[in-house]
Formats: sequence, structure tokens, C-alpha cells
Amino acid sequence: MLVRNNTNNVRIQSVEAPATGGMEPAEQHKMLVEDLDFFYGEVQVLFDISLLIRLNRVTALIGPSGCGKSTFLRTLNRMNETIPGTRMSGKVLLDGHNIYEDFDDPSSIRTRVGMVFQQSNPFPKSIFDNVAYGLCVNGIKDKRLIRDVVEWSLQQAALWDEVRGKLDNSAFTLSGGQQQRLCIARALAIRPEVILMDEPASALDPVSTAKIEDLIGELRKQYTIVIVTHNMQQAARVSDYTAFFYEGKLIEAGQTKQIFTRPQMKKTEDYVTGRFG
Amino acid sequence: MSCMAQQTYVSSRAAVPNLEFRPKGRGIVPRGLTFAAVLIILLMLAIIMGNILVGGMGTISWEFLTHPPEQGMKAGGVFPAIFGTVALVILMVIAVVPIGVFTAIYLQEYTSPTSWTTRLIRVAINNLAGVPSIVFGLFGLGFFIAFVGGGIDTLFFPEEGPVWGQPAIIWASLTLALLTLPVVIVSTEEALRTIPRELREGSYALGGTRLQTIWRIIIPQALPGILTGSILAVSRGAGEVAPIMFTGAAYYLPYLPGKLNDQFMELGYHIYIMATQSPDIEATKPILYGTVLVLLLLTFSLNSVAILIRSRMRRSRVGAQ
Repeated sequence: MLVRNNTNNVRIQSVEAPATGGMEPAEQHKMLVEDLDFFYGEVQVLFDISLLIRLNRVTALIGPSGCGKSTFLRTLNRMNETIPGTRMSGKVLLDGHNIYEDFDDPSSIRTRVGMVFQQSNPFPKSIFDNVAYGLCVNGIKDKRLIRDVVEWSLQQAALWDEVRGKLDNSAFTLSGGQQQRLCIARALAIRPEVILMDEPASALDPVSTAKIEDLIGELRKQYTIVIVTHNMQQAARVSDYTAFFYEGKLIEAGQTKQIFTRPQMKKTEDYVTGRFG
Repeated sequence: MSCMAQQTYVSSRAAVPNLEFRPKGRGIVPRGLTFAAVLIILLMLAIIMGNILVGGMGTISWEFLTHPPEQGMKAGGVFPAIFGTVALVILMVIAVVPIGVFTAIYLQEYTSPTSWTTRLIRVAINNLAGVPSIVFGLFGLGFFIAFVGGGIDTLFFPEEGPVWGQPAIIWASLTLALLTLPVVIVSTEEALRTIPRELREGSYALGGTRLQTIWRIIIPQALPGILTGSILAVSRGAGEVAPIMFTGAAYYLPYLPGKLNDQFMELGYHIYIMATQSPDIEATKPILYGTVLVLLLLTFSLNSVAILIRSRMRRSRVGAQ
């Protein structure tokens, strides 16, 4: 039940691909966002966003602060619903199913679309309990299975060698970079298909950042990753596709190489060349 | 930039304030005033504690703590009152903590802080906190004893005399619980508010439902705050006399309360009785002093135990679990 096949490629044939820049149509997509509008109270922060998220690829969302990229990311696992006074319209499809209509409750979405936050947020529990948390809340009781998954997740997050033998220590005994990798391990433990990362390395030192980026490079073999980043070099290094947001609108999306070398929109060019932002 | 502009403006008028000049003793007056205020408080506390300690120390003995009053309270001890106070406070905590904590969780986790129901509930809680304790006493008499207790009696014990429709420890503790409810709600809310959103979101992001998030993340995190509320409730409740004088406290009882509908003796009420109803003030004076000291020590030790638990919990929250 736990192990989901990450490569069960459901292709959405009927949906016409929205304008997504230079993406190769041959690649399969995991998520599809159509005509998304989003409001905080009366204030509209996202305008008519349509975007494809490719299967087993890293999609980077870039743009200046306040452009709506984090808000957009949080619509992909219904995280915005935890904030009162928000409202949205449009469709978000995961393997062709509308995550806002075809699922009973948001928590079942979030086991398939995991998330790592900007500020590492380990629970005030032991390292083991942090990683096991997602299993426990999803009804897994088998102690041996939990132990195996915890070890597997920590290995996947490249943290196992640093914490083996101290799994009972508080998560707060870890360094900032380790805590963030713990949060990634925690997200991996429930075997999501998509991982959303909201500036996962922005609070970390260069060495820890490099470790996180290496990790993303490893994870993209098995997971679909969407990453919000302020750091353009990071976007260029880790992502296959890039989407540029500006003032709540998706200006341009396409292959990272193309966005950074031959952007089609003036705004994109100005931003990636550092003329504003 | 504006600072620079100002400087040129000032120098052109040749009226540069000499900031080097600081009269000696500047700040002595406010410092002295505030310190005097602190001194007054310390002095008052010292006088009160000193008076009680001097007057009461001689009375307190093992005998005094373990024996009932004798000879119209001119001799003997206060054991039934100690027992009654502890039982009362325990029952009160059992009632007030769950209700208060659930209310705070509802307000913080389930409603938007700006909705009118939330505001209405908050206004109600604030009003509850402002009601004088004697009014709670009368309310307890009218609602718990006459209405609830009386209702139980007419329904289940129509043949007997009053069984539940009379002053009893259960009604007194429920009245006290009502009185201390705002304390628990406010301090729990305070604790819930300080829990960072990132923790909740971390739980949601792993597929945790709201209930699981509250139960596994939020309540453990808020536990020290909840305990603080309970401590405050206990020290408030243990000292209140007005709410219990109509609802269950007895002048003198030859037995200890064993059932929820028994009456009980209580230290605060015992002090009140001895101070106002004694035929021989001079003879009861040492016992009165002793009783006051016992009440103070009891409240202090209840507080200290709770504070100890709280600080230990704070430490273990960060340390290994």
C-alpha cells in the first residue's frame, strides 16, 4: 500500500497543452494547472496561470519577491487552504484528476504531493519520530516497516551516515542543513510522487546548499520536483524546466536552458540577466 | 540623509545643542520613583509574611495538621479543611482544564479570529473574568444546586430528601471551575498562538489531518502553557471563599467528604468562620494564624510542584524524547 509506483504514467490525452513555451511535447506531464486565479481576501495574487509539470523532471519557479511563486507552489498540494480567507478558481490536475474536486480531503493529496519548506521545520521530537510522523498519521502501525522506511528515507536524503546511532536524539541537535535534509527525509518517507520545495536552501550556508542541490539531482530520477528559488544560479543548476513569474502572472515557461539563454519575453530577459529583481 | 540636512540647518543658526553636556544625576528621579514602588511592594509582602510566620509558626505541628478542630475551634487542628481544600481543587482542575483547553483549541484552531462567533465568545470569556466571585457563588447556588441538583432529585430521588439539590463539593468545585475558566482559556490560547505556523504546515504537508495535527503536534507543544493556566487556576481557586460559601463549604463537619454530594470543610472558609463567628477571638487567634499559614503553604507548594513539572517539560521538549 505504501510503495506507490512512481512511474505509472497517466497521460492526459484530451487536454490540449496550454502555451508553455518551448517544452518538448514528447515528455509526459505529472501535473497540469489550468486557468488558475488566486485571491487573499479581495486581493488577487495569481492571474490565469496555466503550467505543465513534467514527470520526473525538476521545474523551477523563479521571479522577484511577492510575484506569487510560493502561493502558486502551495496551490499544488492544497496547502493554501490552511490559510483562512483564501479563494481560488481554475484547475489543478494530478495524473488527470482534479486535486480540488476528485479527492475527499486535502490530506490525501498531500501524501502524494509532498512539501519541503523554506525554513526547516522539524517537529520537537526525536529524529526517528520526525521521519516516522508521516507514516504514523497515515495509519502505518507495523514497527518494523516504520523502522525500515525511516532508514531508507534518511539514506535517500543523504543523512543516514550522519545520524545513524543517534536516531533518538532531538531533531534540534542537528545543524541547519541537516535539519533541512531531515525535513526532506520526512517528506520522502510517505513516498510522494511530487515534491514541492519552497526555497529549500535559502536559509543555508553554501556547503549545505550544495548538499541539498546534489540531493535534488539524485531525487529527480524518481520524483517530480517543483522548486521555488530566488537564486537564479540554483535554478540554472538544478532544474530542467523554468517558469518565470512576475506580479502574479506567468510570463514565460520553458526549458531552463532556453529561458536562461534565449528568453522570448523582454521581462524574462531583464530578470535573468539581473536588470531588475 | 535627513539627518545631514538637519545638521546644516542647525549649524547655520549657530545653535548646536551640546550633547556632551549631561547633568550629573540625570535619571535619578525616575529610577528612584520606580524603585520606591518596588520597595513598597516588597515591604508589604515582608510585613504580611512576617506577621503570619511569627503568629503561625508556633501553632503548626503534626497534631495541628492531622487532627480535626476541637472545643469550638479553640483547640485541635485543621486536617478536614486541608483535605477538603485539596479535594475541591482537584475536582475543579478535572472540570476546568478540559473545558478550558478545548475552548481555546476551538477558538485558535477551528475559527477565524475575525469571525463574529469568535469575537462573541471572546467577549463572553472576558465578561466571565470580570464577574465578582460572590456572584459566582450565588449563581452556583441558583444554577447547580437548585436547578441541576434539584432537577436530579425530582427526576431520580422524588421520595428522599435533597440528595443532590444541596450544597456539595461537586457544586462548589464546578462553581470554582467556572470562575477559573477564563484563566485556563487565555493562557492556553496564548500558548497556541506562539506555536509557529511552520509546525502546523509541516504536519499538514505530511498528510496529517487537522485533528492529528492538534493532537500530536500542537497540544504537546502547548503543554507548558496549559500547565501554567492550570497553576494559575489552582492558586486562584484555592484561595476563593465567596464562590463556595453557598455551594458546599461547611462550618464544621465531623467526617471527611467521601462522596461527590458531601459537604466539606475548606481552609479559606475556615479562616473566615474563625475570624468572624468565633465567640472568643483571643482563644482562636493562634489557630487562625496557623490556618492562614497552612493555606499559604498549601498554595505555594501546589504552585511549586506545577512549576517544577512545567520546567521539566520545557527541558524535555527540546531534549531527547
